[in-house]
Amino acid sequence: MGKTFKTIDEAVIRFAGDSGDGMQLTGGRFTETTAIVGNDLSTLPDFPAEIRAPAGSLAGVSAFQIRFSSKDIHTPGHRPDVLVSMNPAALKVHQKEIIPGGTIIANTDAFTKKNLNFAGYENNPIEDGTLDDYFTVIPIEMNKMVKAACEGIDLSPKLVARTKNLFALGVLFYMYDRPLDATEKWLRKKFKGKDAIIEANTKALNAGYNYGDTTELFTTRYKVEKAVLPKGTYRNINGNYATSLGLLAASERSGLDIFYGGYPITPASDILHTLASWKHFGVQTFQAEDEIAGIMSIIGASFAGKLGVTATSGPGIALKGEAMGLAVITELPMVIINVQRGGPSTGLPTKTEQSDLNQAFYGRNGEAPMPIIAPSTPGDCFLAAYEACKIAIKYMTPVFYLSDGYLANGSEPWKIPQIKDLDPIEVKFSDKPNEGDSFLPYKRDDKTLSRPWALPGTPGLEHRLGGIEKEENTGHVNYDPDNHHRMTELRKEKIARVASDIGKTKIYGDSKGDLLILGWGGTYGACRSSAETLREENYKVSHVQLRWINPFPSDLKSILSNFKNVLIPEINMGQLIKLIRSEFLVDAKGLNLVRGKPIGAPVITEKVKEILG
Amino acid sequence: MEQTNTIQFTKKNLESDQAVRWCPGCGDYAILSQTQKTMPDFGRKKEEFAFISGIGCSSRFPYYMNTYGFHSIHGRAPAIASGVKIANPDLSVWVVTGDGDGLSIGGNHFMHALRRNMDLNIMMFNNRIYGLTKGQYSPTSKVGHVTKATPNGSIDIPLNPPLLALGAQATFVARTIDRWQKHLSEMMTRSYNHDGGSIIEVYQNCNIFNDGAFEEYTGKEKFDNVIELKNNEPMLFARGTKGIKMDGSNPVVVDMEKHSVDEILIHDETNLNQALIVANWTSHPVLPEPIGVLYCIDKPTYNQEMVNQIENARKVRGKRSVQDLLNVGDTWTVS
Repeated sequence: MGKTFKTIDEAVIRFAGDSGDGMQLTGGRFTETTAIVGNDLSTLPDFPAEIRAPAGSLAGVSAFQIRFSSKDIHTPGHRPDVLVSMNPAALKVHQKEIIPGGTIIANTDAFTKKNLNFAGYENNPIEDGTLDDYFTVIPIEMNKMVKAACEGIDLSPKLVARTKNLFALGVLFYMYDRPLDATEKWLRKKFKGKDAIIEANTKALNAGYNYGDTTELFTTRYKVEKAVLPKGTYRNINGNYATSLGLLAASERSGLDIFYGGYPITPASDILHTLASWKHFGVQTFQAEDEIAGIMSIIGASFAGKLGVTATSGPGIALKGEAMGLAVITELPMVIINVQRGGPSTGLPTKTEQSDLNQAFYGRNGEAPMPIIAPSTPGDCFLAAYEACKIAIKYMTPVFYLSDGYLANGSEPWKIPQIKDLDPIEVKFSDKPNEGDSFLPYKRDDKTLSRPWALPGTPGLEHRLGGIEKEENTGHVNYDPDNHHRMTELRKEKIARVASDIGKTKIYGDSKGDLLILGWGGTYGACRSSAETLREENYKVSHVQLRWINPFPSDLKSILSNFKNVLIPEINMGQLIKLIRSEFLVDAKGLNLVRGKPIGAPVITEKVKEILG
Repeated sequence: MEQTNTIQFTKKNLESDQAVRWCPGCGDYAILSQTQKTMPDFGRKKEEFAFISGIGCSSRFPYYMNTYGFHSIHGRAPAIASGVKIANPDLSVWVVTGDGDGLSIGGNHFMHALRRNMDLNIMMFNNRIYGLTKGQYSPTSKVGHVTKATPNGSIDIPLNPPLLALGAQATFVARTIDRWQKHLSEMMTRSYNHDGGSIIEVYQNCNIFNDGAFEEYTGKEKFDNVIELKNNEPMLFARGTKGIKMDGSNPVVVDMEKHSVDEILIHDETNLNQALIVANWTSHPVLPEPIGVLYCIDKPTYNQEMVNQIENARKVRGKRSVQDLLNVGDTWTVS
């Protein structure tokens, strides 16, 4: 039977299996190839907190979703068209989300009685017909297939069985007409020196592809044409890597070497790993004994003239609270990164959430304001991190950078910027007294209210910083009530002035209308997609995604006043909405879902329609 | 680290313009004064010193030194100082802390800074009490110590700071006493000259909340109760009338009228086993209180290893631009 090609706009594929099945790797490879093919794409890795939950258990299911398209897309999609299910548990967890009429590709070798029981199935759903009314089920004996493909290779049966994820990848490459060479090249690099492993995986990959070609189970192949993206050179990028690159670019443009001090924590650790591999760029990384030492070390490094950076997640920020206050009162530049995860407490370490906005705003004793920036897409993490460094240095302040698990691990095609085109970052260390013969460490710049940065080692500028209230200008310990009030005001005003460095707010859609979707951070894609859908249906809906949350952009007030309704979707119980309501007296409505997953565009669209009647 | 140059400054230059606000009679005055007296002899530029502290009476120290300084938050001075030292290894970084700041709330940082052999000079003023919060017992207070927080006497077992430091693999461990001014100055100089993490425990009298805690080491009978360790010299004390001899694995005090000096234990700063034995004489009912350098060895420092790794990475991988990094890997062009 001949195969027909069908051209489609987009597809959503989800790879799901046991933690040990290599699903993240498989998804990653499909993503790289899809990026090279030129589709727009968006990914959503979803893995358990346990490194290896019991094999075959529901808790141990790890998944990776990719949506790819010939159009400009903003989210990893909601319901998959194709589910690759490497075991019964994966099917059990994900089956309810497959779109009706979708395809299930199952590794039937893993559908043993034991695994079926473990997943809570009484009968084998692949065989009992229960799925056939709703889905196209493609059963493949993947373990047997890879065993046959790898015959003659000197590898243990266990290692041969491990190549089944490459087999599944090959099948998907066949279905969506993707080349194998990038993956083959990657295998050769990844397993350099382990020829048998390279050979086995390459054979499994090709076997999967050829299986698709020869079997009659696949009658149709799909083509997703290249997306029309703006001109330029692209690469695929995830948020944590983009954040690291943004920091490094700021280091190069400012001439300050990075000092990173931090403690490992999911989902922020990859920033530490990446920076640690960039020693040839002069990056110093210090894995401290705890979260507190992490931030304290960067306060010390910043005092000594480095670009201080720490990255953590909510629990780590909780521990850093007192030190953040010290950074605020000593007015030293640094970037404090929170890659948010589900809370409270340990919460959902590997899942995404936006519930640390209050913590970023208020999580310190005393009046301790800090600028807060939140990147909106994985690629945007680059510029947001760069901007965070720029503002930290210009205003001599710690800057709070709020990423999240979805941005950190999700990826998208990213147009590679030119470093030379980025805003310059000017650094001015003090080298002489600034008041007659004296040096006043808290004498402020008229425009930015920033104080001078004088490094230990500079003759004649010896001074002491500390956590006790400072006397204006001199920085001496001071308990005077009027001085304290004045210094509190100055610290607040300094952060407010950051607004002059925030450009005009970008509005998607008209500047007036019936409803504004106001999002922040990682909900960008869903908010934007929803606004696009609604505008196609002639709703007078626009979208603004806030990047700077403290201070708010100066034009936000007038923008809000031009809409009859404001909807604020957040992955928390309503944190931005309280700030907006109290700051602008706007009767905004909330859409709040805390499921450890990104909010989907359809939910927002539905809510907008409900509000607009 | 040693550095010689002709830049001269005096004790006077090291006094900041801030009025010193410790209680009259506090042992901290003597330590401050001795520090300011000793530092000019190091032969290093004044601007290259950074004094970092945490919270507590001792931690006010940097405000009174006309050097670069940082009065940080409770217990965290070793962490902030580590950042300063890694960021600029050319600085001489000093940590001033206390028994509460350094061993209780900051115990973790204390231990790890020493373990890493970060080239910091840690001076821990041990007064066996919380002074700034007005007299609660500290992690070095003796069992039974009555304070407002322990009206029935403390049931906490006190820490032994040199033993803790040795356990954390410190490469320089010393003890001195606020009233032993010359000795204090010697210990500071030894610490300064040690390339690696150093800890000097300074017994310091809090005349308000724990007056006389160290009376037996500073009063009339001090020489009977204190043994001043000197490298490669026999362990004699009480003006040479007593000595320490090993009886199997146990140290014992012997009368020198009945024993020859050949029988006496020789202090060896580089011998960890011996240092562990000596550290255990802390607050011992029979053995004398050891002061001086208990242990001193050379080991690679964290800060220097960091410099080496970066230099090596630059040599191996070459200096590249960030743009190069962005452009490598799987890219595609839309035209």
